[in-house]
Amino acid sequence: MADRTPTLQARGLTKTYATGDVTVTALGGVDIELFAGELVVLLGPSGSGKSTLLNILGGLDRPSQGSVMFQGRDLAAMDDAGLTAYRRDHVGFVFQFYNLVASLTAAENVELVTEIAAQPMAAGDALDLVGLDARKHHFPAELSGGEQQRVAIARAIAKRPDILMCDEPTGALDSKTGTLVLDAIDRTNRELGTTTAVITHNAAIADMADRVIIIGDGRIQDVRTVTLRKPPAEISW
Amino acid sequence: MLSALDRKMLRDLRSMWAQALAIALVLAAGIAMYVMSEGMLRSLIDTRAAYYDRYGFAEIFAPLKRAPNTLARRLEAVPGLRFAETRIKKLVTLDMPALAEPVQGHVLSYPVGGQPRLNRLHLAEGRWPAPGRNDEVLVSDAFAEAHELDWKAGDTVTAVLNGRKRALRVVGLVLSAEFIYAIQPGAMIPDNRRYGILWMSRAALEAAFDMKAAFNDVVASVDPGTDPAAVIDAIDRILEPYGGTGAYEREHQVSDWYVSGEINQLRNMANIVPPIFLAVAAFLLNVVLTRWIDTQREEIGLLKAFGYTTWDVAAHYLKLVAIIALGGTLLGFAGGIWLGRGLAVLYQEFFRFPFLYFHFTGSVFLISGGVGLAAALMGTIGAVRRAALLAPATAMAPPPPTRYARSRLEGWFRRLSQPSRMIARHLVRWPARTGLTVLGNAAAVAVLIGSMFFIDAMETLIDISFHRAERQDVTVTFTDAKGPAALDAVRAMPGVLAAEPFRSVAARLTFQGREEREGISGLIPGSRLNAVLDSDFQPVSVPDTGLVLSSKLAEKLGAGIGDVVIARVTEGRRPVLELPVVQISETLLGSPAFMDFRHLGRLMREQGWMSGARVHLDAARSEAFFRRLKDTPAVAGVAVKSATLKSFRDTMQENLFITIFFNIGFAAIIALGVLYNAARISLSERARELASMRVLGFTKGEVAYILLGEMAIVTLVALPLGCLLSYGLAWAWTVSLDTDLYRVPLVVSPRTYGWAVATVLTSAALSGLAVARRLGRLDMVKALKTRE
Repeated sequence: MADRTPTLQARGLTKTYATGDVTVTALGGVDIELFAGELVVLLGPSGSGKSTLLNILGGLDRPSQGSVMFQGRDLAAMDDAGLTAYRRDHVGFVFQFYNLVASLTAAENVELVTEIAAQPMAAGDALDLVGLDARKHHFPAELSGGEQQRVAIARAIAKRPDILMCDEPTGALDSKTGTLVLDAIDRTNRELGTTTAVITHNAAIADMADRVIIIGDGRIQDVRTVTLRKPPAEISW
Repeated sequence: MLSALDRKMLRDLRSMWAQALAIALVLAAGIAMYVMSEGMLRSLIDTRAAYYDRYGFAEIFAPLKRAPNTLARRLEAVPGLRFAETRIKKLVTLDMPALAEPVQGHVLSYPVGGQPRLNRLHLAEGRWPAPGRNDEVLVSDAFAEAHELDWKAGDTVTAVLNGRKRALRVVGLVLSAEFIYAIQPGAMIPDNRRYGILWMSRAALEAAFDMKAAFNDVVASVDPGTDPAAVIDAIDRILEPYGGTGAYEREHQVSDWYVSGEINQLRNMANIVPPIFLAVAAFLLNVVLTRWIDTQREEIGLLKAFGYTTWDVAAHYLKLVAIIALGGTLLGFAGGIWLGRGLAVLYQEFFRFPFLYFHFTGSVFLISGGVGLAAALMGTIGAVRRAALLAPATAMAPPPPTRYARSRLEGWFRRLSQPSRMIARHLVRWPARTGLTVLGNAAAVAVLIGSMFFIDAMETLIDISFHRAERQDVTVTFTDAKGPAALDAVRAMPGVLAAEPFRSVAARLTFQGREEREGISGLIPGSRLNAVLDSDFQPVSVPDTGLVLSSKLAEKLGAGIGDVVIARVTEGRRPVLELPVVQISETLLGSPAFMDFRHLGRLMREQGWMSGARVHLDAARSEAFFRRLKDTPAVAGVAVKSATLKSFRDTMQENLFITIFFNIGFAAIIALGVLYNAARISLSERARELASMRVLGFTKGEVAYILLGEMAIVTLVALPLGCLLSYGLAWAWTVSLDTDLYRVPLVVSPRTYGWAVATVLTSAALSGLAVARRLGRLDMVKALKTRE
C-alpha cells in the first residue's frame, strides 16, 4: 500500500543539548524517510532519542545540524511562524497524556482543530472513525483514558494531515484499552492513507507497522520492513 | 547548612522573582501608606506641641480697647492664672511696592533687650531690634519671603501707623507659634503676600498709637490643672470696663484653630484611607497567594510522596511566602519611614515650624506588619492545607481532567468559536475565583478613583465657594463700622461697577448649652455679589428677619429651623439677641451665619452701618481703584478674590495634594501588582493546555487570545464594579475631610473615571504583554511529556 514517494526526508540530523558544562547528544546523525501512506513504528528504549526525532520531524524543535525536507522546504530553516504553519496545516499529533482541552467537549476538542484547518472533515465523522460518535458531547472528565485518547486521535486526523505523529499513544493505557487506540490509528492509516509515525518503547506494537525503525543511542540501529501487518486486535502485551 | 527543601525554596523564589516582587510591592504599598501617614501625623502633632511648649504659646487671649498698664497687677492676681503679658496689637495698612492694592498687617509690641514669658519669637534670620531704635521691626518670615524682603540690605516696610506713613527697617525675620497660619481677619485662607505680621518696640507703638502706659491685648497661661474657663471669666470681669471683647482659649485662636483643622484633617485621612489601602492590599495578597499555591499541587504531592509530612510541606510554602511578605513589609516600612519623613519635612516648611520631631510609635509597625503577614500566611495556609491533605498518590497521579459541566449559559456559548468557549467555560467553572479576581481588579480601580476624586472635589469646592457664593471681585474692609456714606464713597471710586455693603459682627452663639464663636454676616437681600446657597447650592435670598445658619454651624450647635439661638454680640452696644433660625444654608468653607443687613443694623441700632463693601470691578481700571484705596485711611484691608483663589489653590497643592499624589502612586502600584500577578497565575494554570494548542498548530497570537481574552473580560467586568466601589471610597474620603475648615463635596468627574480606567487598562495591557512574551517561550515538548 505504501508507495515509495517520501513525504518527509531527513538527512544528517543531529541534536545536542548543552546543559552547563555537559553536552548531551540526543541524535547523532540520523537519515530517515517517511513514505506516503506508510505506518512506521519508531522503536527504542527511553533515552534512545526517538522523542527528539519525532519532535524535529513534527516541527516542535529544530535540529542542531541536518535538514528535514517537506514538500521541497527545509523545516530546519523555518522560523517559528513557519513551523507553526507546518504543524497547523500538515501534522496531526497524538500525545501520551492525550492533552485534551478540559473545558471543551469531545466534539469541541475536534472542532478546535477543524476551525483552523483548510479542508477538515466534519468533527462527527472524525469521531465516527474512532468509534466515539455517541460520546461526542461529553467533556474529557466524563471519558475513560482510552476514550480520551481516541478523541485525541480524532482531533489529530480531522484536519486530514499529511503526517500523523503519535508519541507513546498507549503509554498511559492498559493493554485492552491500548488495543482499541491502536485500532483507531491503524484504521485511519488504512482508510485515509495518512502517513503515520508511532513512537513507542513497546516492541509488540511493531507488528502493526509497514516498517520498524529501531533507534538506540541517538542513531538508527536497524530498519525492518514488515511483510504482513498484524491487525492491532491480534497484538497484546 | 541549608536543608534541601530550603535550597529549593530559595531557588523557587529566584525563579519567580517578578511575581514575588509584584506581591511584595502590593503589600509594601499598603504598609508604606499606613506607616507614612501615621508617622507624618505623629510628627506634626508632637512637633506642634513641642513648638508651643518651647516658645511659651499662650493659653488664653483677651483683646480689649485700652487699659492702663497698672491693670496688669490685677490680672496677675487672678487665681489659677500663671503668667499674664500685656501688649499692644494694632491692625495696620502696609504699602508694599509689589502690589497695587493696600496690604493688611498686624503690628505687635515686643520687649526690647529681653524675652517675654509668653509667645516668644523664634529669630530665623537677622537680629533683635536694638534699644532706642524705634524704627526697627521684626517681620514674619512668610511675609518677608512673599515680598523678598532682605534685612541685610536694610529693606524697609512702609506702614500706615495711626494715619501716618512710616518707613520701618527690617532687622530680623521671625517665626511665631501665634501665627503659624497668618490669616487676615475675616478671611478663610492664608495669603502671605496680603497679610503680614510685624513686631516692634513697645515704646514705638505707644508713641505711634497714643498708648502711653497702656495696652490693648492680653495673653495668659494658666497653672497646670486649672480650668481655663474660670480664669477667662475673671479676666473678662476685669477687662469689661476697658472694652474687653471676651477672652478666649487657645483652641479659638485663629492660627491654632487652622493648624488643628489641618492636623485633624490629616488625622482623619490617616485613620480612614490608609487602613482601606492596607485592607485592600491584604485582600489582594490573599487572593494572589491562594491561586499561586493552587498551581503548586503537583509539587506538593511529590514532596509528600518523598515522605515529607503535611506540616513540612506547609512550612516550606509558609517560609517562601513569609520571605516575600517580610520583604514587602520591610520595603513598606522603609518606604513609609522615608516618605513620612519627607512629607513631615514638607509640612514643617508649610507650617514653618522652627524644628521637626520625627518619630513613629511602635504600634504603627506592629499593626501594619501584622495585618500584612497575617493576610499572606492565612492565604497560604488555606491553600497549602487543601493541597497537602490530598493523599500523595492522588496528587501524583495524573489528575482527572478538570470536571467541566454545561452551565445555563451553554446555549449562548455554542455561538462562540472553540477558543472563546474555552474562555467562557473557564470563567464560569470557578465562579468564586473569577469573582475574587474581578473583585481584586475592581479594588485596584476603586483605590485609584478614590484617590484621584479629591481633585474633582476641590474643583467643585472652588466653583461653589468662589464662583457661586462669592461673586465679588474685591472685598474692602473698613477699619471699623462706617455709616451709609461709606458705600457712596466706594461707588465713586474708579473702576467700581457695583458695590454692596456688608456687616460682620463678632458674636458667641449658644443653643441648648452648646456655644460657638462665630461672626454674623449681614447681607443685603437678593445680593448679586454674595449669595447664600441652599442645599442644592443654588442662590437664595437672605430672609428679612431671623438667622440663617450654615449647615456645619447648625450641626455644631445642634440647632435647626424654628430653634431660637442666643447671640451674644461682643462689639458695638453688645446686645444679647434671641434669633430664630429661619433657613439653613449650604457652605463648604467655614461655618458662617447670615442675616439681613438691614435687620442686623436695626438690632445693633446702627442702621445702615457697614464693616465693608463687596465690589464688582472693571478689570481694566483696577490699578486706579487700588491706588485710591491705598490713600484711603479708613480702609483696613482688601481681599482680591482671584488672589485668594490662587492662594487657596497653592495651599491645597502644598499640603493635601502631596498626600493625594502619594495615594495615587500607591494605588497605581497596587493596580499593576494585582493585574500582573493575576496574569502570571493564569498563565501557570493554563500553561500546559496552551502549549498543547501551540503543538496543534495554533499561533502565538491565537493562544495569547485565550489567556488575554480571559484577562480582558475579567478586567472589563471589574471596571464598572470598581467605579461603583470607588464611590464608597470617595464617600469615606469626604467623611474623613469633613472639618470646620471645609467640607469636600462627593463629586467624581468623568475625567477621573477615565484616568483611573486608563491606568488600569494600561496596567492590564503591560501585564498582558509581559505574559504574552512568556507565552512565546512555552515549552511545547514538556507539555507533551508531562501530566497535568
